[in-house]
Amino acid sequence: MTRIIERREVAPNVHRLIVEAPQIAEKVRPGQFVIVMPDEEGERVPISVAEWDAKAGSIVLFFLEVGVSTMKLARKEKGEDLYAVVGPLGRPATIGKFGTVVLGGGCYGIGAITAIAKAMKEAGNRVIAISEGRSRYLLYNQDTLRRFVDECLEATTDGSAGKKGKVQDVLRDFAKREKVDMAYFVGCTFMMMRCAETAKELGIKTLVALNSLMLDGTGMCGVCRVSVGGKTRFACVDGPEFDGHDVDWLELFQRKAIFVRDEVTAYQFHACRALRRHEGGD
Amino acid sequence: MDEQKPKRHPRQKMPEQHPKVRARNFDEVPLGYDKETARREAERCLQCKKPLCMSGCPVNVKIPEFLKLVKDGDWAGAARKIKETNALPSVCGRVCPQESQCEGQCVLGKKGEPVAIGRLERFCADYERNEKLVRLPEKAKPTGKKVAVVGSGPAGLTVAGDLILLGYEVTIFEALHKPGGVLVYGIPEFRLPKAIVDAEVKYLRDLGVKLALNTVVGRTRGLRELMERDGFDAVFIAVGAGLPHFMRIPGENLCGVFSSNEYLTRANLLRSYLFPIYDTPPPRGRNVAVVGGGNVAMDCVRSALRLGAENAYLVYRRSRTEMPARAEEIHHGEEEGVQFHLLTAPVEVLGDENGWVRGLKCVRMELGEPDESGRRRPMPVKGSEYVLDLDAVVIAIGAAANPLLTSTVPELKLNEKGYIETDERGRTSVPGVYAGGDIVTGQATVILAMGAGRQAALAMHEDLTKK
Repeated sequence: MTRIIERREVAPNVHRLIVEAPQIAEKVRPGQFVIVMPDEEGERVPISVAEWDAKAGSIVLFFLEVGVSTMKLARKEKGEDLYAVVGPLGRPATIGKFGTVVLGGGCYGIGAITAIAKAMKEAGNRVIAISEGRSRYLLYNQDTLRRFVDECLEATTDGSAGKKGKVQDVLRDFAKREKVDMAYFVGCTFMMMRCAETAKELGIKTLVALNSLMLDGTGMCGVCRVSVGGKTRFACVDGPEFDGHDVDWLELFQRKAIFVRDEVTAYQFHACRALRRHEGGD
Repeated sequence: MDEQKPKRHPRQKMPEQHPKVRARNFDEVPLGYDKETARREAERCLQCKKPLCMSGCPVNVKIPEFLKLVKDGDWAGAARKIKETNALPSVCGRVCPQESQCEGQCVLGKKGEPVAIGRLERFCADYERNEKLVRLPEKAKPTGKKVAVVGSGPAGLTVAGDLILLGYEVTIFEALHKPGGVLVYGIPEFRLPKAIVDAEVKYLRDLGVKLALNTVVGRTRGLRELMERDGFDAVFIAVGAGLPHFMRIPGENLCGVFSSNEYLTRANLLRSYLFPIYDTPPPRGRNVAVVGGGNVAMDCVRSALRLGAENAYLVYRRSRTEMPARAEEIHHGEEEGVQFHLLTAPVEVLGDENGWVRGLKCVRMELGEPDESGRRRPMPVKGSEYVLDLDAVVIAIGAAANPLLTSTVPELKLNEKGYIETDERGRTSVPGVYAGGDIVTGQATVILAMGAGRQAALAMHEDLTKK
């Protein structure tokens, strides 16, 4: 059991969760993730570790409510317990002195990228963060990012904040005024794919943190396999970081959707059950 | 009939769920002996002076002695007799390949059918547990020494059970959220009910074994750290062979292609057959092919039927004689309607435009000269290719050594395949570090892992006493 220190909805459907996990807080490196189970019936959900405090023994996670297990996580309050939190898993991110590093985040990635932003800055890079959302109210974590980066840029689809457009549009503008040595993208698959394509056009070395399906997170089940540069790799133990120019994005999209029909059914079913309980049935 | 002479009745059958019924549920298939049947079966034992059955058992269960107790109606006593050398009898009675071990050596088997040792082992252990007659044995006085066990599968549980009785403080570290290793993620409920594993683990807990779940040694905690910081005097590594083999044929990353580990973990550990009460979606398929011929393949193909498949095929490149699966599993699978495509090898997984499996291209094989394993080598028959129409493929062709832990301990000597090198008693190249089970031998059976655990526990005790 893992105690929740705080849970807050930082943007619609996006939650920031702080949990007590001293062993993980001591070991975790930027780019690594944990697997979280809300309760005994829950799925094992992989979530990047965004920040941590080894002294206080806590870690910070950002997640998007998309299915039953994340819905349950989103209903948990301070002082409650999570059934399981295990990690740190995956290889740490490649951190080094590259020069100017652009970080792009979308949805949960706006939060998750914090760890990489901080580490890249500490490694002596000039760090630019670009966050995207459909509208201004979907952007969050900007104050935290600002503490670690040199410039904090925004993009919204409706133009209500920052540039009207996406991360890759801001990247294109930025690359016109400054040389970019490295790009790192964290977020939904579509966003990472588009950004990686633009970065490739601009000749920028690109890393992405993939978010494929996982069960154990230790290399045992292989559901997270992705094709990178024509080779099959396991995102859980060989990744989650890969060269964004080499990922077979189409395969990744398809594999992420393997269970989508059941996931939607479960989401609806669960809501019904919750309602029945509320009405005194069940 | 003379009192002293063994009764000459036939091997007693064990009642089972009807194949048509059980092929659609996850409840246990064999229902177990009752007292009278158990007694009748135990009466068949000749009480050999030099019992060959015992030599066929990797942990040397005192078989004639426990069978005599069954015959006399002391079932709990029989269970305790078994437990003197086997910590998990209700598990072994269900999953051991008895036909190639104890029962394979039984002299009655030379002319007729051997004593059903496995069924009786299961009966005794179930009786003791169900009647709440399990007694905690006396522990030796505390040695003041601490032992860490990494992995809670059969090898780890055995070491923990042995060392706690010898007076050690024992902590088991488990990466998953439930203890039991392959007994909970791999072997299906219909073959080994999880309540039994839970009871075995509870027994160890009652004895004082501590369990640290959700702890990945190599990540959450370093192996060295266990010894240097947490004060463990010795560590036993029993992490299993958890890295799935794929076939390296085209189409293996299509949606609907599962490793056996994924397939079974979803169904067993994550209980997806109870979806949506449990959140994890099941690996569905209407027409499912499982590639492989071992127990894991049989578990997968029988699970496929229970998860709703209309056609469940087993594709194996050799013939039935070479199948490594337990005879009983093959027989059960046949009864349940598994369709065997033997002497058949997959060539390519075919996909549709959305990236989903639509079929498996196979080729017929014929057996040639024996290969290095002593089994006749399968050779493809030219022009015999055909396509099985499918929407799911499960690859159950074995596992390799998972490097997650071993790669963090460079001084730990591994063989060329990545398995840990040990002496015959489980000692590794690192003093104080022992290993056993699949991470030493490669994928094998529950009982062999337990045998390795037993050896290592004795070696650890010996070495720690000398210190």
